Amino acid sequence: MNSKFSLRRAALGAIAAAATLATFGLAQAQADEITGAGATFPQPVYTRWAEQYAGQGGDTLNYQGIGSGAGVTQIINRTVDFGASDAPVAPERLASNNLLQFPAVIGAVVVSVNLPGVDGNALKLTGPLIGDMYLGRVRMWNDHRIAALNPGVQLPAIAIAPVYRADSSGTTSIFTTYLGSVNLAFNTTIGAGSSVSWRAGIGAPGNAGVAGAIRNTRGAIGYVEYAYAVENNMPTPQLQNRAGQFVRPSTQAFAAAAATADWAHAPNMAASMINTAGAANWPIVSATYILLPKNPTDAGRSLKVMQFYDWAFRNGQSAADGLHYIMLPDAVRNQVRQRWCQVQAGGHAVWTGCH
Amino acid sequence: MTAVPIAGSRRFHLGDAAFKAVLWLAAVIVLVTLGAILLNLGIAGRLAFQRFGIAFLWTDQWDPVRDLYGALAPIVGTLATSALALFLAWPIGFGIAYFLTETCPKSLRAPLGVAIELLAAIPSIVYGMWGFFVLSPVMSAAIQPWITTNAWLVWSIVIVLLYGMFAALLFSLLGRALIGYAAVIALGLASATAIGYLFINKTDLPPLPSEDNPLWWWFQGAPVGVGLFTAGIVLAIMILPSIAATSRDVLNTTPQLLKDGGYAMGATRWEVLTGIVIPAVRGSLFGAVFLGLGRALGETMAVTFVIGNANRLPTSFFDPTASIASIIANTFPETEPDTLKQGALLALGFVLFMISFAVLALARLLLRQGRMAA
Amino acid sequence: MSTTFVALNRANYARRKGGSWIMAFLCTMAALLGIVLLGLILYTLLEKGIGGLALSVFTEPMRARGGGLANAMIGTLIQTGLGTLIGTPLGMAAGIYLAEVGRNGRFASVVRFVNDILLSAPSVLVGLFVYQIVVFPMHAFSGLAGSIALALLAMPVIARTTEDIMKLVPDSYREGSIALGARHSTTIGRVIVPAAFGGILTGILLAIARISGETAPLLFTSLGSYAWPTSLTQPMASLPIAIYKDAASPYPELTKLAWAGALIITFAVLLFNVVSRLSHHLVSRGGK
Repeated sequence: MNSKFSLRRAALGAIAAAATLATFGLAQAQADEITGAGATFPQPVYTRWAEQYAGQGGDTLNYQGIGSGAGVTQIINRTVDFGASDAPVAPERLASNNLLQFPAVIGAVVVSVNLPGVDGNALKLTGPLIGDMYLGRVRMWNDHRIAALNPGVQLPAIAIAPVYRADSSGTTSIFTTYLGSVNLAFNTTIGAGSSVSWRAGIGAPGNAGVAGAIRNTRGAIGYVEYAYAVENNMPTPQLQNRAGQFVRPSTQAFAAAAATADWAHAPNMAASMINTAGAANWPIVSATYILLPKNPTDAGRSLKVMQFYDWAFRNGQSAADGLHYIMLPDAVRNQVRQRWCQVQAGGHAVWTGCH
Repeated sequence: MTAVPIAGSRRFHLGDAAFKAVLWLAAVIVLVTLGAILLNLGIAGRLAFQRFGIAFLWTDQWDPVRDLYGALAPIVGTLATSALALFLAWPIGFGIAYFLTETCPKSLRAPLGVAIELLAAIPSIVYGMWGFFVLSPVMSAAIQPWITTNAWLVWSIVIVLLYGMFAALLFSLLGRALIGYAAVIALGLASATAIGYLFINKTDLPPLPSEDNPLWWWFQGAPVGVGLFTAGIVLAIMILPSIAATSRDVLNTTPQLLKDGGYAMGATRWEVLTGIVIPAVRGSLFGAVFLGLGRALGETMAVTFVIGNANRLPTSFFDPTASIASIIANTFPETEPDTLKQGALLALGFVLFMISFAVLALARLLLRQGRMAA
Repeated sequence: MSTTFVALNRANYARRKGGSWIMAFLCTMAALLGIVLLGLILYTLLEKGIGGLALSVFTEPMRARGGGLANAMIGTLIQTGLGTLIGTPLGMAAGIYLAEVGRNGRFASVVRFVNDILLSAPSVLVGLFVYQIVVFPMHAFSGLAGSIALALLAMPVIARTTEDIMKLVPDSYREGSIALGARHSTTIGRVIVPAAFGGILTGILLAIARISGETAPLLFTSLGSYAWPTSLTQPMASLPIAIYKDAASPYPELTKLAWAGALIITFAVLLFNVVSRLSHHLVSRGGK
């Protein structure tokens, strides 16, 4: 037994030694990877850009969609290199946490439904009506208010199941801001924010989760970023915009709304594109923002983030088009580059393009 | 057995003492780990209790916009789903255990037993996925609408079961005398009247909450497929293998002598089970059940998929709700340190730990009593 | 005995026998129901998972669309391995203490109770704890933090099984060793632990099987990644997180991938359980 024991002991010792060395080695490995976390709204386009960027020899970017609220918290905690949020962060919060906010890309929130037997794309809805659905005041799909907007459509007698975000979400913030601006009861009862106290319906995590829940639940209605709906052939009803027109969601409708944004005067570049005037405008359009520390401890990583977005501004058009996002106007991109100079380390700007 | 120390050199004592000190240190680390976790939860969680007081535990609100939090909805969701899971899993688990120890052919016992134990090892995320992709559509399309429209039938079955329980209780209290029979018959008439009333007044339950018919309270709701009931079923299937395995082990420890004595007296299998075996191991059986409950309480992934994630108090079996674990999993990454929101979440975590702690203490107490009694 | 008495007895006996038979039937039905339900889950797993299995699952990393699960599998191997490496010595030492040194003392009883609490602690709370003590101070999500969380989950399991197994070793071993003049530590280290080693190994394998399927603690500690794991101080992919993210996804090919991942992890865990049982059988048969 003595020889067996020492042989076993030797084997165990060898494995343990190898594992320790491997661990040590891994810990020391050079990490070119930059980590970002936050909104699931722009996740499709950020991850596509990251793949293309790495393919062209750039750094590895690991973007995890954990929700806008979590993204803001994690960059405040400095556990990630950048945070992403659809909802612009309040100026006081940006200031107290030393964060720089800049827009990266523009997208739109659409509504999707799961109505068997009905052509969802031809369905007409209005903001106030959707607000009432989420308040639990309109409960059945064959309600007269829905029928009034859709004469000739055979609406089934099934219950409306509103789907919302279970996590803190910039998409929720955009959507509730829109609903609050067109439905007074919604504004006073639920209000606008990344995380609200919903009165009715079920919650799912992430844009992806909401899209999945809509697909799996009969009678569901929910809000998702346009890319998720279109990539999965989910029906997207028409919404009535401020001009009274029923608009189908499309890149043109989004671009029309984006063109009205007032970038020059928006504080921290948080320009609103919700419920804009214009006959062809989609009412729920928003930019999505990136948050960088203004006083990074590792300036190199912040520089890599800025280099990535600089690359995306120059080369990201095709990926954005393919995924139905809208690039920022050229002038705005330059405005963003200028703002990057506010990231300082050791007394001077980190971004190389500053004067 | 005592270690016999052999008088010797100092080196002997030092090496021995060092070795034991290292072992002792490991034991201390176990204590410190739990202490650190509880401390972490408690220190941050006190923010919520400072702000809302002890009423935090029974307030039903979760409004991040106005920064108002209350723990009632997640606590009720956790307890309700676990209770439902226990209610569904315990009879089936016990049935499996009885089957494996008594009626199953001897050659099948080992493989089936191993199969049951292996099924306890399936990762919980698999159950969550199965619940969301397979069970929830079936619930939404078939089971929930059927129950909602036939709630009167479900209530009738509940009344019959309750009648059976109370009749047995009355018989045991009053004996099989005239008064016993009278009480049981009276109860039977009352139950029959109730069922008759339900049958006459049955209606198609509206899919939405209705103030008209309070008898239908707990089964109304839009058939979304996810909610309290679905989560309870998924949890029940999850804890079923562990309840079955532990119950089987408990039943196996009954001394064969006791059972043989019963059979020798001419008792049937069922009488031996209820009259001899269960009284002998009753404590251990309860302990096994409570261990399963402990797992159900803390389950995160399986529940998050199918509970509906609505931070509201459920008023129906088909309402979406939240459990403590699911609300923590969904919300923790977005909470900042020293905020009321994180305080509320960590306070919830602390409450969950306390509940698990209480259930576990009870289980151990019962298991130990059961072992001593046997 | 009168005939009525015999007749009563027979009727009574028939009722009792019938009642027993009904109950046995119900229990068999319950067993059938339970087995059918569990079989249903395995069947669903196989049916949906096999469709997603392809070589690319094992060779390609996770991508925004399509891709595979290779980096997630490697990440799980690394984090589970490191977690076991950290948790096993701690758990074994604690288990040995409880079985040999502390035994029935008050301190040991408290430690035993605390260990059981940790054993059934909700894993999400452990993940939360590791976020506070590792991720936040380190200012990074990391595979290291994930491994520590898994180690904290494995430790109580290993401690419990080690203690149980060591208690089963007959006292004659201890007495013989001491009679030969061995110190207590030598007795433990060279006699009892080797005798119990098969069972201890089983316990370790069971712990590995359990922690490899954990999702919630990894969500808060290693975050998840699309890249190949190259560093412990960076976010690391893992199979349970990959399954969770892909399952919630609306893209059909990602959902298929999630099922394939679920199939892989279930069968890996089941395999571990079977192997641990077999090894226990073989070792216990060969040892004594």
